Amino acid sequence: MKLRTIAINNLRRRKAKVFFLIAGLMIGVSAVVALMTTTRILAEDIAHKMDEFGANIIITPKSEGLSLTYGGLSLGGFSFDVREIHQEELAKIKTIENAANIRIVSPKVFGVFESASQKVLAVGVDFNSELALKKWWKIEGKAPETDSQILLGHDVAAKLGLSNDSEIEIKGRLFKVSGILDTTGSQDDSLVFMKLPLAQELFGKEGQVGMVEIAALCKNCPISELVSQLTKALPTAKVTAVQQVVEGRMDTLHNFQNFSLGVSGLILLVGGMVVFVTMMSSVNERTREIGIFSAIGFRSSHIMKIILLEALVVSLCAGVLGYLTGIGVTWGLLSFLSEHRPHMTLDPYVAIGSVVLAIFLGLVASFQPARAAAAMDPNEALRTL
Amino acid sequence: MSYIQAVQVGKDFGDGDAKVTAVRNIDLCIEQGSFISIMGESGSGKSTLLAMLGGLLSPSRGQIIIEGIDLYSLSRTKLADFRREFMGFIFQSFQLVPYLSVLENVQLPLAVTHHTEETQKELALSALDKVGLKEKAHRLPNQISGGEQERVAIARAVVNEPPILFADEPTGNLDSRNSSEVMKLLTKLNSEGQTIVMVTHSRKNAEYGQRIIEVADGRLADPPAIRAAC
Repeated sequence: MKLRTIAINNLRRRKAKVFFLIAGLMIGVSAVVALMTTTRILAEDIAHKMDEFGANIIITPKSEGLSLTYGGLSLGGFSFDVREIHQEELAKIKTIENAANIRIVSPKVFGVFESASQKVLAVGVDFNSELALKKWWKIEGKAPETDSQILLGHDVAAKLGLSNDSEIEIKGRLFKVSGILDTTGSQDDSLVFMKLPLAQELFGKEGQVGMVEIAALCKNCPISELVSQLTKALPTAKVTAVQQVVEGRMDTLHNFQNFSLGVSGLILLVGGMVVFVTMMSSVNERTREIGIFSAIGFRSSHIMKIILLEALVVSLCAGVLGYLTGIGVTWGLLSFLSEHRPHMTLDPYVAIGSVVLAIFLGLVASFQPARAAAAMDPNEALRTL
Repeated sequence: MSYIQAVQVGKDFGDGDAKVTAVRNIDLCIEQGSFISIMGESGSGKSTLLAMLGGLLSPSRGQIIIEGIDLYSLSRTKLADFRREFMGFIFQSFQLVPYLSVLENVQLPLAVTHHTEETQKELALSALDKVGLKEKAHRLPNQISGGEQERVAIARAVVNEPPILFADEPTGNLDSRNSSEVMKLLTKLNSEGQTIVMVTHSRKNAEYGQRIIEVADGRLADPPAIRAAC
């Protein structure tokens, strides 16, 4: 017989107490696992969405603007001193310190033309970067490959009564519709897309761009730093981070993460106290037994080993069950916290960590009761006998 | 020098006005292989004396010397080792561990020795055989009778063949038939060379011993005679 036989047989006998101990620790561990896994998955989901979101920095020409109000009535506003962005300046984007974070640079130029007595907004784009930027685009047909092809937004195609392979005259030149976008729900539905150099030539804006959309790798990217570097590189342009809203959401998530850690710590503390109190009462109940062990020659270390072995077995079970419960709770929580259920990934470090945490907590909380048992004088036990 | 020697051993409980002296400066010598019965009324101090002789309760004064070793000069760990190696204990109310089988209860003192599990089992079964309970080895303590539980306690006390056996009212919870069986068992063990120190309040059981020492009010009834035996 080994000391573990005594420990395991005792646990088998005290099923209710063992259940209470496991439940106490398990609740703590599962809360930590659920809160940490949920916040991690939500953070990953937001980061993923941000990467898919497309542009998170927009560069527009710098201008001065005035909004007019008179007697409390808004009379609109107007811009003046608009400074153009020259296409060759865009090369400077790749020279900034955090250039490695810049994934896509998509310059655009805008122009208005008239067709069938209707004003239509056209935009010249670099289709390679535009398609990389707007992964959600679904084109019926294909993107323009030649200078004589254009891509239509869903609404503008309907407005002009055009379909694939239809022809349209823009500024005296004939174009063929190579594709039509499915509804995007954005301004893209009302635009006519053509190649950038062609639009620059057509609208008399050679070498100029009206706007640049930039996609920077967002996960942990220093977005404000990027904006500041780009502003320095392009002094005539206005650089705006559209990620600020998302960053706000990330901030909320970080706050939730901190709150979760606090709550987890509190729950773990309570779990530890449950273990401590239960182990202590268990030791008190077992005074007689400990007295027998002591009388027949068990050393203090042997008695301590029995108590800590029991704590180890209980904590191990609580760790494994706590992890599984935590993952289950996370699964449920994600349905509430996110409109679509994000892809749930399991982190092996969390699995190992939760078991290690449970064992650590169980052993720490049981250490004092084990010491008390080991220090018990056979005389005390003798009085109980 | 005697095998077990108590030198001016005394024990007080409590402090100040609440101080109670349970044992008053006793001198006692016990030879190897002898069977000593310590007799006395309830509260006479006989169990306290036995606990001190067995290394379970440190005396307030005096020394307990066994095999030339001053028991209470040993560290806590060494004293535990000494108890395991040299002493076996039989308690009044059996004191078996309820969640361990009869065999495991007997194996207990061996659990912290260098013996393999196989050897432990062999030794425990042999001890159970001596007390006639080998066939009940896998039962739990609550599945056997009181007399059988006492015999299991004896088997546990002798499983590692300690030279000294301390018994505190070993028949206190038994009927006369079972008492007689237990006493015969102790006599048999003594005849095989085991030193036995037994506390009892029964004259009949005390007479199984070769020598009866009477204790009253924490003192030996006949100190000069006892001292002369040292």
